[in-house]
Amino acid sequence: MNATLIIRRGEPQKPTTDARFEVPFVPGQTVLDGLRWIRSHIDPSLGFRFACINANACKECMMVIDGGVEYACTTRLHEGEMTVAPLPNKVLISDLVTEIAPPDERLTPKAKVRKAT
Amino acid sequence: MHLETDVLVIGAGGAGMYAALEAAKGGSSVILADRSLIGRGGATVMAMMTVAVALGAQTPDHWEYHLADTLAAGHGLCDERLSTILCEDGPRRILELEEWKVGWAREDGHIKQAHAPGHDRPRCAYVDFLRTGPAVSKTLRGRLIGVPEVRRVGDLMIVDIALNADGVACGATAIDMQTGTPVTIAAKAVIIATGGLTRLYRRNSASFNMGGDGYALALRAGAQLIDMEFVQFFPIGHLAPRLVGLDPIMWDPFRYKVGGTLLNGNMEEFEHRYADANKRNDGQYVLTRDLATYAITQEVEAGRGSPAGGAYLSFQHVPESELRRAFGPVIDTLAANGIDLTKQPIEVSPIAHYHMGGVRVDTRFNTGVPNLYACGEAVGGANGANRLSGNGITEAFTFGARAGESAAETVRKSPARWSPEAAAPTLDLLKRRTTKLSANPAELVVELQALMTEKVGPFRTGDKLDSALADVERLTAATGHDPMAAGTPYDPVLLDWLDLRNMLLVAKSVIIAAKARTESRGAHQREDFPGLDDDAWLYNQVATLKGDDLSLEKVPVYQAPPKKVSIPA
Repeated sequence: MNATLIIRRGEPQKPTTDARFEVPFVPGQTVLDGLRWIRSHIDPSLGFRFACINANACKECMMVIDGGVEYACTTRLHEGEMTVAPLPNKVLISDLVTEIAPPDERLTPKAKVRKAT
Repeated sequence: MHLETDVLVIGAGGAGMYAALEAAKGGSSVILADRSLIGRGGATVMAMMTVAVALGAQTPDHWEYHLADTLAAGHGLCDERLSTILCEDGPRRILELEEWKVGWAREDGHIKQAHAPGHDRPRCAYVDFLRTGPAVSKTLRGRLIGVPEVRRVGDLMIVDIALNADGVACGATAIDMQTGTPVTIAAKAVIIATGGLTRLYRRNSASFNMGGDGYALALRAGAQLIDMEFVQFFPIGHLAPRLVGLDPIMWDPFRYKVGGTLLNGNMEEFEHRYADANKRNDGQYVLTRDLATYAITQEVEAGRGSPAGGAYLSFQHVPESELRRAFGPVIDTLAANGIDLTKQPIEVSPIAHYHMGGVRVDTRFNTGVPNLYACGEAVGGANGANRLSGNGITEAFTFGARAGESAAETVRKSPARWSPEAAAPTLDLLKRRTTKLSANPAELVVELQALMTEKVGPFRTGDKLDSALADVERLTAATGHDPMAAGTPYDPVLLDWLDLRNMLLVAKSVIIAAKARTESRGAHQREDFPGLDDDAWLYNQVATLKGDDLSLEKVPVYQAPPKKVSIPA
């Protein structure tokens, strides 16, 4: 089985692009599994946050999946196309990575980067 | 960018957060750095389990009984000085957390303590439902927010410890993940609290960032590692059907609560056969972790595994109402995964869970490198050849607190001097980064995990270990000497490359120690050398890095002078 992930990629102050990736999966696998598969098989530069892998303990992998705010680690892959984008209300760092830590837990709290679109 | 502080704590899990709190209490300013977000990464937040501590709340208890169980589980290799600190300091820290409103589960007006395997009595506190780790992380982070002396910095990846011309640890060199900018940090004392190495294995119960960073940092700074051959596999890690949103080792607390039956592929119980053969049935809980791992693996090898290659764990004999009471909202998470415990067993198999080995320290948690400390799972020695269940979080708190105190004391008495040259070698390394990728570092990590799983799991042979070492050398060559990078902010390629640099060194230290130990003890089982060999191997092994040369030596186990501990029946 294959899923097509259409991932919004980009860096601050640069135009974003929608990149298409085909990922194989068996039912039960998650969007995070798909993203990790892309990184180890197709494009190692794809940026996304995660720490606990699939336990939903670290809450780092929040992003917009098929238009809704979801955790990539608990959202299942499905056949056909799925869209993945960074959180819209957080400052974009790169690809799916946004500034989600509170300002007093960052080295550069006032990073001058525009919001993700 | 350059930062200055009294104490740099690397890693914001339970050990690092406790170290930061105690160092601040000792008068130090602190930078608490984590490569991930503060209080989210590492093993603590994943610990849905129990915390072993001789509170005597459930039944009368004394820390010396806890120590006796810890030493027995360690199969003769524990450094009793460290095990004693763990057991003796434990109650104080667990009560401190209670004061800070962590919310330990209570019963009849006292903290409830469950009976976990290997313990002689109920001793394990927890937070319902499967909330121990998240509750502990949240509580400690909440305490830190009220301490202005501690600056918390996430997304800061420490690349190397900085040593001044006198060989004293004086800070570190790091990468700010958000911008990719190198950061130098001057610190009068440095504490490694980076946890273990379970990410070396494909299936593991800890976080993505547990690739043994701290072991590699310590080795390159001139510190020693001890007991690296002892990787703990947790016997009943979730295997099938696919389960997300829960820690893969979540089944164990429910086994304590409502019972759960392990069955082989023929739906037969098998634990008692292994327990009887090893005379390790404690009457309450059948098998300790190492024996349960052995039992499940043997059943699979004999062709009696479950379809996915493990064992069944069944709760079908437990009434639905009791399951709901014991599992609470977890029942709904299971339902979302299509799992109904009243109708089906799930499949489990051993999963990399914890590392007994680690940085060699003294009782002040100094690594032997002046002003460099380590604490928590990053430290080796307290748990010997096998860790008793529930000792992980206790170790994080007690060792973290002690390391924080020691670092603050050092800052008051003999602070290190920063020199910019101390960061030069690492800044040079980072300058050499290239976006021309000769390999995919993420793919190399996957290959490393595969080889460690297949050749350096709980059951080992000399041939498999030789083959693993050759594979690691090949991957080391493919990784190269110059960092690979994507050149983007939050650079995943650079992160994977820096991780590989650490993981390959740490993997090598595990493999050479496993190869040298020609016996089977605790978590280290050699199929070609079954059984204990006390004459030759009642020793610890210590690894040292000189240049690119990783060497091993055998050292005697520290044992306290004989002391009679009487344990009531």
